[in-house]
Amino acid sequence: MALLEIENLQTHFRTPDGVNRAVDGVSFNVEAGETLAVVGESGCGKSVTAMSILRLIPEPPGRIAGAIRFQGRNLLELSDREMRDIRGNEISMIFQEPMTSLNPVLTVGRQIGETLRLHQGLNRQQAEARAVEMLQLVGIPEPQRRVREYPHQLSGGMRQRVMIAIALACNPKLLIADEPTTALDVTIQAQILDLMRDLKRRVGAAIVLITHDLGVVAEVAERVVVMYAGRKVEEAQVGPLFRTPRHPYTQGLLGSVPKLGSSLTGTETRLAEIPGLVPSLKQKIPGCVFASRCPHATDLCREVAPALEEKAPGHVAACHYAAREGAMAA
Amino acid sequence: MLAYVVRRILATIPVMAVVALFVFSLLYIAPGDPAAVIAGDQATPEDVERIRASLGLDRPFLVRFGEWVIRILQGDLGVSIFTNLPVTTMIAQRIEPTLSLMVLTLILAVVVAIPMGVLAAWKQGTWIDRGVMAFAVLGFSVPVFVVGYLLAYVFALELEWLPVQGYTSFSAGFWPWLENLILPAVALGSVYIALIARITRATMLEVLSQDYIRTARAKGASQGSILFLHALKNAAVPIVTVIGIGIALLIGGAVVTESVFAIPGLGRLTVDAILRRDYPVIQGVVLLFSFIYVLVNLAIDLVYTLFDPRIRY
Amino acid sequence: MASAHTAPLGLAAESRPPVAAAPPMPDVLPPVKPRRGLVGFVYRHPTMAIGGFLLLVMIFIAVFAPLLWTVDPTALAPARRTREPSLEHWFGTDMLGRDVYSRVMYGARVSLIVGFAVAILSSVIGLAIGLVSGFIRVADGIIMRIMDGLMSIPPILLAIALMALTRGSVQNVIIAITIAEIPRVSRLVRGVVLSLREQPYVEAAVAAGTRTPMIILRHILPNTLAPITVQATYICASAMIVEAILSFIGAGTPPIIPSWGNIMAEGRALWQVKPYIVFFPALFLSITVLAVNLLGDGLRDALDPRMAKRL
Repeated sequence: MALLEIENLQTHFRTPDGVNRAVDGVSFNVEAGETLAVVGESGCGKSVTAMSILRLIPEPPGRIAGAIRFQGRNLLELSDREMRDIRGNEISMIFQEPMTSLNPVLTVGRQIGETLRLHQGLNRQQAEARAVEMLQLVGIPEPQRRVREYPHQLSGGMRQRVMIAIALACNPKLLIADEPTTALDVTIQAQILDLMRDLKRRVGAAIVLITHDLGVVAEVAERVVVMYAGRKVEEAQVGPLFRTPRHPYTQGLLGSVPKLGSSLTGTETRLAEIPGLVPSLKQKIPGCVFASRCPHATDLCREVAPALEEKAPGHVAACHYAAREGAMAA
Repeated sequence: MLAYVVRRILATIPVMAVVALFVFSLLYIAPGDPAAVIAGDQATPEDVERIRASLGLDRPFLVRFGEWVIRILQGDLGVSIFTNLPVTTMIAQRIEPTLSLMVLTLILAVVVAIPMGVLAAWKQGTWIDRGVMAFAVLGFSVPVFVVGYLLAYVFALELEWLPVQGYTSFSAGFWPWLENLILPAVALGSVYIALIARITRATMLEVLSQDYIRTARAKGASQGSILFLHALKNAAVPIVTVIGIGIALLIGGAVVTESVFAIPGLGRLTVDAILRRDYPVIQGVVLLFSFIYVLVNLAIDLVYTLFDPRIRY
Repeated sequence: MASAHTAPLGLAAESRPPVAAAPPMPDVLPPVKPRRGLVGFVYRHPTMAIGGFLLLVMIFIAVFAPLLWTVDPTALAPARRTREPSLEHWFGTDMLGRDVYSRVMYGARVSLIVGFAVAILSSVIGLAIGLVSGFIRVADGIIMRIMDGLMSIPPILLAIALMALTRGSVQNVIIAITIAEIPRVSRLVRGVVLSLREQPYVEAAVAAGTRTPMIILRHILPNTLAPITVQATYICASAMIVEAILSFIGAGTPPIIPSWGNIMAEGRALWQVKPYIVFFPALFLSITVLAVNLLGDGLRDALDPRMAKRL
C-alpha cells in the first residue's frame, strides 16, 4: 500500500459564470519516503490538487470528490476534527509565498510552537524550547533571538526556513511543498532545496513537490506527474521523462527549458514556446484537453479524450498518438 | 515611542484650535442675525442689543476670539443666557448620566458587534451572514429615537421588564443604575453595533483570504483559534479605528436617546438649550464633546502598536 | 490506470493505435445557470433592486401626495383630536386633529428634498475642495487641517449648533447638514486624487505636458465619480436621519411644515397612549432611509467589485 493514493480527484468551484473544473479526475500514488514532483503551467490545477489533499479548499464554493487515501484512510471521509489532527502533524505543507504565509502579528516562536502544542501537547515553555531547536535545524543563526522576532524582521529566505521548520516540527510522513522556491532569489533557492533534501533524509518524509520549474524537478524529484488543464497527462520516473517525454505537452514543456550553454553553440537560441492558451475549465472539453494547442492534433483528438495508457513500463501518458516504446509517432 | 507620543499630542493642538475657531465663528457665519434669533420673536430691540453685547458680537472678531480662547484655557466656558450659571457648572451637573450611557453602550456594542462580524465573515454567503448584514443595514436605517420608542414600548410598557424612563445615579447602586440604562444603551448602540459589525466582517473577510490563514489551517489549528487568534488580531487595527470614529455617532445619538428616555444628561441639556436658544451652553457642550472625541482617537492611535508589531513609531 | 477501450468511432486505421477513450468525469456540482434581463439584475443585485424600488415608491408618494386621497396636512380640527386609525383617518389624527396619513404623505417631500439636496451639495462642494487639496500642495495642508477640525465635531452636534443660531427652515437645515458632511467628501476625493496621481498613465500625461484641467477632466473626474456616487447615497441616508433628529428635538424645520421628524416630535408627549402618531412617520422614515442605504450598498458592489467586500 502506498503512503498516499489519490484516485479520480475532482475539485470543482462554483463561480457566477459557471462551474470551474479546476481538477478533473487526477490519480497518482506517493510511496513512503519518495519525492514526487507535480509539474505544469500555472492554472493547470497542481496547487489545487495540493490543497485538496489537506482539504484546504473552502467548501463552498469548492467541492472535492474522488478518494484521497492516506495510509489507507480516505481523507475525504474524515470529520473536521480528525482532519485537523492530520494537518501539520502527519501531512504538512509549505507554500509559495514566504513573505505572506507567516502571520505578521505573532512571533516566529509562537507560530512554530503552535503546531507542537496542538499535536504533541507541549506546554508553552516546551514548545518554545523545541521551536529554538527547529530554527537551529533549518539553519537560522541566533535561534534564541529569532524565536522572539516577528516575520517582518526576517528576510524571505529566512521566512521560508521558518515555514519549513513549522512543517517539519511534528515529523510528518508527508510534506507537500507548493512552489517552495519560486518567490526566492536564485542563490536562496538552491539553499532551500538543499535544506529540503537534507531534512528529508533525516526525517524520512515523502515529499510532493509542486513546481513549474523543471530545473528543480531534475534536481530533487524521483518521479514526475505532469498536469495540464486539471488532468494528469503523463507520469514517469524522472530519467525516462526527461529522456523520452511521451506526451506532446511534456515535450513542449521540456522544449521550453533553456539549456545551459545553448546560446554559445549557436544552434537553437530561442526558447521553444507552446502556442495558444490553456482552455477555459468552465466548459466541458469533449476530446483531449491539449488538442487546441497540440501540433499533432487530429479530429480524433478533438472528439475522443485519450485514456492514460502505459506507454512503457512505469511510464503512462494520455495521448492517442504517443508511441509505445521507442520513437515518437505522428 | 515617547517622541511619537509627544508629536502626536502636539498634532492635536491645531485640530482643537480649528474646532474652537469654527465653533466660535458659527456666531458670525450663521445666516441671519444670531442675536435676533437667540433673543426670540417677542424680543425688543434693547433685548437684542443686550444679547449682542453679552455674546460679544459688538466687538471685533479677533479680539473677542482671543479673549474667548484664553478663558477656555482657564476652564471658563462662559455663562448661560437663560440660567446665568457658568456653563462648566451646568455641564458638571449633567455629565454623569451621559458618560454612563456612552460607556455602557460602547461596551455593549463591542461585545455584541465583534462576534457578530466574525461570525458573518466565517459563514460568508450563508443565511447567518445575510442575517447579520440585514441587521446592520437596518441599524443604519432606523433612527435611534425610533429604536428607542420601539424598545420602550415593547420591554417597558407592554412587558414591564424595565423602567420606561428616567435615570438613577450610580451612587444609588449598580442594578438601579443599570436597569435604567439598558434600553437606552441598546437603542443608542444599534447604529454603533451595525457599524462595528460591518467593519469587522469586511476586515475579517480580507484577513481570512490571506496566505497566513491558509498556513494556520494547514497546521491543524481549530476554527476558533483561526478566527479569534490568527485573524482577529490582524483585523484589530481597522476595527479599533472605526470604533474610535464611531464615537461621533454615539455622541450625536446620545442627545436624542436622552430625550426619548428622559435621562438628565448633556443631551437633555443641549436640547433644552436649543429650545431656549441658549447658545453659550450649546457652544460649551459642542466643544467638550469634540475634545473628548479627539482625545479618544488620539488614545486609539497610541494603542495600535499593541495589536500590530509592524507599527513602529 | 484506465483500461483501454476499442475505438468507438472506428477510426483506428492500420497506422494508428487502437483508440483508448478516457472515462467521462461526473459533475460534482450542479451546473450554474446564468440569468439575464430584469430577473438576472434582481438576482445579481438584490439590494439595489429592492432599494431602488422602495425609493421610487417614496418619490412617487412625495410627488403625488395631493392626489393620494390626502387632505390639507395643516388643517386643524380640534374636535377630532387624537383619533385612533380608522377608515376615515387611516393613520389617525394628532393632538390638533390633523390627519396623520396626509401629514406622513406630505412629509416624504421634506425628507427627500433634504436628503437629495444635501447629497448633491456636499458632493459638489466636497469634490471642489478635494480637487484643490489634491492638486495644490500649498492649499492642501491648510484645507486638511480645517477638515480635520470639522470632522472632530460630531456631525449632529455641528448641525445642532448651526441650527441654534438660525431660524428653522428647510433651507437652513440643508445648509447645516451640508456643512457637517463636506469634510468626508473632501477627504475621499483628495485620497482618490493623490492615489491617481501616482498612477503611471497620469504621470505620463503630466510628463507629456497635459494641462491640469485636462488631466482632471480626463483622468481624475471619471475615477472619482464612482466613489462619490456611493458616498452621496450614504450622505443622503444620513441627512434624512439628521433632519428627522433635528426636527424631533425642535432644532429643524418649523412645526408648520409636515416633516416626519416634526410629526414624531408632536406625537412625543403622547407616545405612551397614542403610539401610532409616532409609529407611522417612524415607519416611513425608516423605510426611506433603508431604501437609500440598500441602493448605496448595491451601487458600491456594482461600481467597485474590489470594494464590494469592504463595509
